[in-house]
Amino acid sequence: MRKISPLQLLVHVAALIPLAWLIFDAATGGLSVNPIQDIEQRTGKYALVLLVLSLSCTPVNILTGWAPVLRWRRPLGLYAFGYAALHFLAFLGLDYAFNLRFIWADVANKRFIFVGLAALLILIPLALTSTRGWQKRLGKMWRALHRWVYLAGGLVVVHYVWAVKSDIREPLLWGAAIGAGLLIRTPPVRRWILAQRARRLTAKQRGAEASRSA
Amino acid sequence: MARRRWPLIPSSEITPESVYLNRRQFMKGLALGAGALALAGCATPPEPTSTPTPAAATPVAQATAAPGLLPPPDAAPVASAQADELGDALTSHEAATTYNNFYEFGMGKDDPARNAKDFVTSPWTVQVGGLVGKPGTFGVEDLIRQFPPEERIYRLRCVEAWSMVIPWLGFPLAKLLQAVEPASDAKYVRFETLLDPQRMPGQRSGWYDWPYVEGLRLDEAMNDLAILSVGLYGKMLYPQNGAPIRLVAPWKYGFKSIKSIVKIDLVAEPPASLWMKAAPNEYGFYANVNPDVPHPRWSQATERRIGEGGRRETLPFNGYAEQVAGLYAGMDLQANY
Ligand code: HEM
Repeated sequence: MRKISPLQLLVHVAALIPLAWLIFDAATGGLSVNPIQDIEQRTGKYALVLLVLSLSCTPVNILTGWAPVLRWRRPLGLYAFGYAALHFLAFLGLDYAFNLRFIWADVANKRFIFVGLAALLILIPLALTSTRGWQKRLGKMWRALHRWVYLAGGLVVVHYVWAVKSDIREPLLWGAAIGAGLLIRTPPVRRWILAQRARRLTAKQRGAEASRSA
Repeated sequence: MARRRWPLIPSSEITPESVYLNRRQFMKGLALGAGALALAGCATPPEPTSTPTPAAATPVAQATAAPGLLPPPDAAPVASAQADELGDALTSHEAATTYNNFYEFGMGKDDPARNAKDFVTSPWTVQVGGLVGKPGTFGVEDLIRQFPPEERIYRLRCVEAWSMVIPWLGFPLAKLLQAVEPASDAKYVRFETLLDPQRMPGQRSGWYDWPYVEGLRLDEAMNDLAILSVGLYGKMLYPQNGAPIRLVAPWKYGFKSIKSIVKIDLVAEPPASLWMKAAPNEYGFYANVNPDVPHPRWSQATERRIGEGGRRETLPFNGYAEQVAGLYAGMDLQANY
């Protein structure tokens, strides 16, 4: 077992707090009189937020050069999948009591459910192949496979936009966050940012040398 | 359909508020199921075994009321029965007065109860006009004196696939319409909510084309089920429920039952409602509860009854087909959604 650093621990704690909070609310009457909807909406929202955070690690690393953030990608992504799975289970079990006739009657004509399902179906193989072993086994394929996470993110944003009645500002904001992260990691933009950082770094070093020799 | 004259003679001393699974008992409620709803005590956790105690038949509602008027919204809730005619338990007073869709006071379900707390609803007049012989402006209190409210226990089915059972107090809309003498070319009724962004902060949002407008066909409006409600649970409406006067048309999705009405006009053409303008492919003029007409977001085939776990099947016309299906004989209800 590798040792878990305090920074790693922080991610696990932060990602589990929403679940603890949800359970606490459910147990103490903190949910509304439509608790099933609360649970569905909150687990869905946590899944999306964690997914966006996971997708933000690489861009943050490019922008700041801070390396430890890269080790957050996998746990954040896995927690996103965990909340998405809870979200789906709440839908099947709490909401529909696994009544397949009800589910089919309700879901057959709901486009927002289909894109949600598509997102979940993408996240499943990504979660399963997130281990170091699979990373080695798949080699180059692994990166190609895990790029699909952006498609999953886009589908979740569409799912959210179609799930709300009129005010679509919030889902669009999360969509913009995913888009900005994607932009930062496209090779030309990434190269440009890294070049800027390198320039500033050398400028600083020269300044330091100059002050030392003075 | 259950109906009683007001003032109410409560069937028992326990307030019907206690007849529900309070949200704190939600987890318990999932296990209990709908059959065990006749529970007592709302502050203390209910015991499934306790039975209602018979009470002296005191007209509680009358005792606290000004002559000819209803008790204030914060009076003790009362109802003449604990269930509707199908045997479905009343929704708790708490849920009915804190879980509301009233976008004039915000888009969250708990926003109306919070933001409408200081909304003043007296004095209030309703202007009735258009294609009528005797237009007039009526004070709500005069309406209550002229048309004594009766209790109607109705199911409320929101288009968002949740539902409640509510003991309304109100009078048939037909009575008011008859009093103003509709002209022969009057075919529809157009209702309008107060427009006052100062007092209704939600109207400052640009998402909708305020004021809220709704409409009924004249024969729908004349149906005995359609009431103008001025109270629920034996007392005046809280603002979040549409005080001081609102429509209740229980066979239609909840958004048809327009709140805080200031204007009623009889017109020749079907009026365009706020929701029809906002999303014409989602909301039609009729908006009858219909499990066979799907909605892109919410289930119309099943619904969540507030206070219960899980889902139940939605009934055509919300269970009032016997009274209203005839209004739509020969119409294509898929096209006229
Ligand atoms: C088969 C898969 C899925 C199903 C059946 C499903 C079902 C639902 C339902 C019924 C709602 C609406 C809740 C309501 O407003 O009443 C919803 C909302 C939502 N879902 Fe999903 N979902 C699925 C997959 C996902 C996935 C994979 C994610 C994220 C990773 C996600 C994130 C969300 C979000 C963010 C919302 C909006 C919550 C809000 O309104 O605040 N869903 N989903």
